[in-house]
Amino acid sequence: MIPYIMCFILFLVGLYGVITRRNLVKIAVSLSIMEISTFLFFALIGYIDGGVAPIVDPADPVKTYVDPLPQALVLTAIVIGLATTAMLMAVIIRLYRKYGTFDIREIKNLRG
Amino acid sequence: MKGMTIIVKKTTQLISGMVFLYGIYVIIHGHLTPGGGFAGGVIVAGSLILVTLAYGGDFLKLVKEESGTTIVESLATIMVILIATAGLLFGTHIFFNNFLPKGIVGHLVSAGVLPLYNIFVGTEVASSIFIIFLSLIIFKEESPQ
Amino acid sequence: MEIALSIITGLMILGALYAIHAKDLLSSVIACGIVGYSLVICFLLLKAPDLAIVQIVVDTITLIIMVAVVLDSSREEQFSKLDTNGYISAVTAMVIIVVLLYFFAVSIQNLDVLGKSTLRMAEHYIEGAAQKTGSANLVTGVVFDFRGYDTMGEAVVLVTAVLGVLTILRLKGKK
Repeated sequence: MIPYIMCFILFLVGLYGVITRRNLVKIAVSLSIMEISTFLFFALIGYIDGGVAPIVDPADPVKTYVDPLPQALVLTAIVIGLATTAMLMAVIIRLYRKYGTFDIREIKNLRG
Repeated sequence: MKGMTIIVKKTTQLISGMVFLYGIYVIIHGHLTPGGGFAGGVIVAGSLILVTLAYGGDFLKLVKEESGTTIVESLATIMVILIATAGLLFGTHIFFNNFLPKGIVGHLVSAGVLPLYNIFVGTEVASSIFIIFLSLIIFKEESPQ
Repeated sequence: MEIALSIITGLMILGALYAIHAKDLLSSVIACGIVGYSLVICFLLLKAPDLAIVQIVVDTITLIIMVAVVLDSSREEQFSKLDTNGYISAVTAMVIIVVLLYFFAVSIQNLDVLGKSTLRMAEHYIEGAAQKTGSANLVTGVVFDFRGYDTMGEAVVLVTAVLGVLTILRLKGKK
């Protein structure tokens, strides 16, 4: 049970970072930490004691395999996480070009 | 964008070809060993990023409009959807039907349509990540003021 | 097995706490990269080699993009004056964390012990997958044959993200 609790504490650390930080780059870093904790939780659910990696060996077919379904769900989620982070970085570049700062309180005060 | 020193350029000359070949190997053997379309695609994109970072944008003459890579990416996505729709014509008439013969488990030519899916998804992922890298690092846009 | 996973996730929590409290932006971005690399060790301990290959390359590319954004700007450190807005956001964060911890403590009693999962679809996928799809890699068979719709959706989402990046930076569509 302890790995589940540690994984959830990592998610809460990321959530605390998104709510309380004022710098845009730190918000992006905290969002990335929240995604990492979700991937770890999915991989923890499908683990079976004494199992092997899910590759079928034609010479020795009867074994206990680890569950392949959560791994298939995480495989596409990792690549989509990269695309989302890249899009957030593009928005941050545009904001820095226009206002000259990374601080969200000052961007709210300037108003174009 | 300037390139790096001569040591980095010589090392990239020796290594980047092998990384590209390893990425293609992981894509094609996706139904036999760990890997598949997504893992091989990001490895191929990594080797292209390595060459671009080591030699710089000026030396490679990267022009302002990179249109060839977006054409490759769109064509690969269309091919994935076409192969999935072609399953409606054979067999049990459902979407995503695995209609080619399945062969013996463990041989290179087996598992029906899966190697074709691996190749097209791998090409699409590699060109997407390369386009994202090029537009964020090299083709920065000047401010209109 | 549980001891090794608990130690590595404990180190990941320490790294994440440093990443959000660091004064220099470059140190915080590198700490985020280290948390991602520790995830690769966790994937190898949980017998998932596909995920380890994808995560190690994707984390390197994320690190490259973030360092390029930080080095191009002024690399300022954070101000740390605590005014009324800071107090309101800290109290809101504490309230939300307490509520989420209560719901987690209620729902963790339905989870199985680590290592003895009893998911219903697992036996159905494993016993027939090698014969029905014909592939030796079970994860590839599940991703492309049993769950093909999700893969098609992922390909479309990647094309949309590329279009979004190109439009935000205004590289296409200029006169």
